[in-house]
Amino acid sequence: MTTLIDIRKVSKFFGGVVANHEISLKVPEGGITGLIGPNGSGKTTLFNSIVGEHPIDAGSIIFQGKEISTLTVQKIARLGLLRTFQQTHIYGNMNCIQNMLISVPHRTESYVDMFRPYSREIYERVDELLEFVGLYSKRKLQAGDLSFGQQKLLEFAMALMNEPKVLLLDEPTAGINPTLINGLISRLKQANQELGITLFVIEHNMRVIMNLAENIYCLAHGELLAHGTPDEIQNDQRVIDAYLGAH
Amino acid sequence: MKSVVIALYVLIVIAGIAAPQIFPNYTFQVAVLWMMILFALTWDIMGGQMGYNSLGNIFFFGAGMYISAVVQIAQFAPVGEYTASFGAYQVEFTNAQYYTGLALGIIAAAIGAVIFAVLLGSCVFGLRGPYFAIGTLGIALAAAELVGGWGWIGGGGGISMPVFPGGPDVRSKFFYYICFALAITTFGFLRWLYTTRFGLAINAIRDNESKAEAMGLHTRRYKTVAWSIAAFFLGMVGAVFGNMVGFIEPLEVAFPTITFGIFMVAMSLLGGKGTLWGPVIGATLFHVIKELTWTYLLGWQWVALGAIIVVNVVYFQQGILGWAMERWPEKFGVVVEPVPGGARAAGQAQEAAR
Amino acid sequence: MLDNLNLLIQAPLLNVQLLLDGLLIGAIFALAAYGLALVWGVMNVKNLAQGDFVIMGGYVATTFAHNDIHPFYALPAAIVLMFGFGWLVYVFIIRRVIGKDMFVSLLATFGLALVLQQALNLIFGSDVQTAEAGYKTRFFFGGQVTVADTKFIALVLAGVLAACVVLFMKKSRMGKAIRATAQDARAARVLGVNTDRVYAFTFALNSAICGAAGVLVAMIWVIQPYYGIVHSIRSFIIVVFAGLGNLPGVIFGALFLGSAEQFSAFVFGAEFQVAAVVCILVLVLVYRQIQYARHRRVVE
Repeated sequence: MTTLIDIRKVSKFFGGVVANHEISLKVPEGGITGLIGPNGSGKTTLFNSIVGEHPIDAGSIIFQGKEISTLTVQKIARLGLLRTFQQTHIYGNMNCIQNMLISVPHRTESYVDMFRPYSREIYERVDELLEFVGLYSKRKLQAGDLSFGQQKLLEFAMALMNEPKVLLLDEPTAGINPTLINGLISRLKQANQELGITLFVIEHNMRVIMNLAENIYCLAHGELLAHGTPDEIQNDQRVIDAYLGAH
Repeated sequence: MKSVVIALYVLIVIAGIAAPQIFPNYTFQVAVLWMMILFALTWDIMGGQMGYNSLGNIFFFGAGMYISAVVQIAQFAPVGEYTASFGAYQVEFTNAQYYTGLALGIIAAAIGAVIFAVLLGSCVFGLRGPYFAIGTLGIALAAAELVGGWGWIGGGGGISMPVFPGGPDVRSKFFYYICFALAITTFGFLRWLYTTRFGLAINAIRDNESKAEAMGLHTRRYKTVAWSIAAFFLGMVGAVFGNMVGFIEPLEVAFPTITFGIFMVAMSLLGGKGTLWGPVIGATLFHVIKELTWTYLLGWQWVALGAIIVVNVVYFQQGILGWAMERWPEKFGVVVEPVPGGARAAGQAQEAAR
Repeated sequence: MLDNLNLLIQAPLLNVQLLLDGLLIGAIFALAAYGLALVWGVMNVKNLAQGDFVIMGGYVATTFAHNDIHPFYALPAAIVLMFGFGWLVYVFIIRRVIGKDMFVSLLATFGLALVLQQALNLIFGSDVQTAEAGYKTRFFFGGQVTVADTKFIALVLAGVLAACVVLFMKKSRMGKAIRATAQDARAARVLGVNTDRVYAFTFALNSAICGAAGVLVAMIWVIQPYYGIVHSIRSFIIVVFAGLGNLPGVIFGALFLGSAEQFSAFVFGAEFQVAAVVCILVLVLVYRQIQYARHRRVVE
């Protein structure tokens, strides 16, 4: 499999705190890669670096052969690299359909396109995706009025609407009712297999990530600790120590 | 369109056309009313729909005024000499020349204002919330001060505009109908605009700009275009107002930042920002109140207006339409335009019916 | 303009004069700026009526002066009166805009500024006024640099006031409550702090500081009802430049602004002084944006 995101020796400091130190990892195209590690290990910082929220202090990030560490969030998003947030980020004052409509890809949008109405195909796609995540019946409600779990599903649907190449998911199952987690996992897998979207997932729920990902990276204290298949990671003593706090 | 709404439009248009015929003594005031409606509508694009609360939109009004003045005067006299003479310079022009000058002036004002919007946008769109508000306030104040010191365009002494070829009655009606036309055009344009992708995009920027950026929206473009649209209409109405008043001056007429600049905001807030009719209702109400305080509270009128603004902001932020939408959400699919507010209402009604 | 610039280069003592004047008035700007930063930091309210509070304090001083009372006594009077006024403003206006949309607090205080300006204009008239303190002028460098004693005294008073406020914030119970609320209002409430009282006190304190600053301004400069907005802008420039919680930055920024104004007024002409202030505001904001853009952030 080709490498979609190539992260080479990326370091990020916040004042005196080393959030990421020379992290190198590869996200293969078409697969599901996991990123785990105890709290404070630098996972979200790494995500933020990849999507361009802040500049990195050292190293390089290559997406589809192109250096992206110097690009802004918008440009990176238009290249097809999206992320979802731990706390849901949706447009609270618009209804679900409108949230979906505004999430169409903006890669080729010109000034004239700004003033067009949305086509019937787009509306159909909105309905399809809302159906896919199970929000079709709630589509006319204001996004701000949805429950937390429903907002997460909406955020996921909006991301799919944007036709990304790769989706960075920051703790997708956090705060979700355990009975709904299986449904979410199967939808993630479907998105990966049927729509061909590469997934890079931060997770704390071990059952979920071991089930979902094909290869997993483990961070601790800002460093890359271990890398391997779910089985290898689960049996890696260093990973176990990191989580149980033996330094 | 629902028949009630169509009837409302027709009524307004008829009233607008008939007003100067029926109440010739109030032509100026009603013209100003149309201007205030335009003020509120253009402010609301940035403030209510997009969440960028500008305190300096009056800049485009004044800029348009001065640009038009320069273009009009340049038709028949060197501008510097004309302004230096403080109205003593004799000008000769035919009626046709006056009208062409006026038309060119208005067009130049619109284009100039848009250019300013693009340039200034690049200076202030990295600011959010209160910083954007204060930054734009600074721009408007700076313009008033700098223009006041620029002799070529009259400085603090101002510029007397070319005299209208015609009697006072014709004159007031002429400018009235231009103001009316501008207000109607602005409303119609925005009504269409808010149904396109543009409308949804600027709402998204308002609701969660970082999300919009993270989804690849060209936020800079939308912000610049939105401000340019506001500038376009403000510039034109500024040009017209300058001619209507006959004499322009930086602090009181062209860039009245602390008064009309804030009224723009207050009117939209009063009627309900982020809606299409809110600014219209707010402007109308505000204008009526303003005229009443001028008549009955002379001396204290500014204090009264300021107090009304404070009361409105503090106690009644959602404005008239906002309050109505909360009270009767179901009604809003029927009576008023189905802009974003309507979709929300439909959703709430559905939820309530569950 | 170029002639004035030449003068500056040719007469170094002129620079000293302008700098001195700038520093002396800048010290007073620092007071108002500190008050703005206080209210901003504690309640997240951006008070656009700040400058009008200053002017109100100034009018207390001029009223005293017109009634043959030495403006020095106006200082405690203004502090007390403005403290009360600030408390009332909090109760009727600010309290209701604290939790809301940030723009609402800006607009509410702007509306208040409009009311105050116009009211002051009606009550005191639109002439510029000053509060004569009757102190003499000192001459330095053989008469080429003059400093009115009033300005020195104002500087000392400003310093004393600032020291009192800082000490109050550090040592007193209310001061600690204010700082706690600024850091985390919810935690403070949970621990028994009456945050509403704290907010009211903070806003009233700010108002009192502005009033005191106003007395000093009236003593060494002039006041006029419409000068309020410019004082507000000055405070904003200083706070944006220094950042919240940066007291040395506020002092430095204020002194720098005072001097910059004096030099601009000299080079470009006194009628451009306000223009200079507003242009500095725009420049500071543009500078901030460029600074933040390097870290891919926006100024918010």
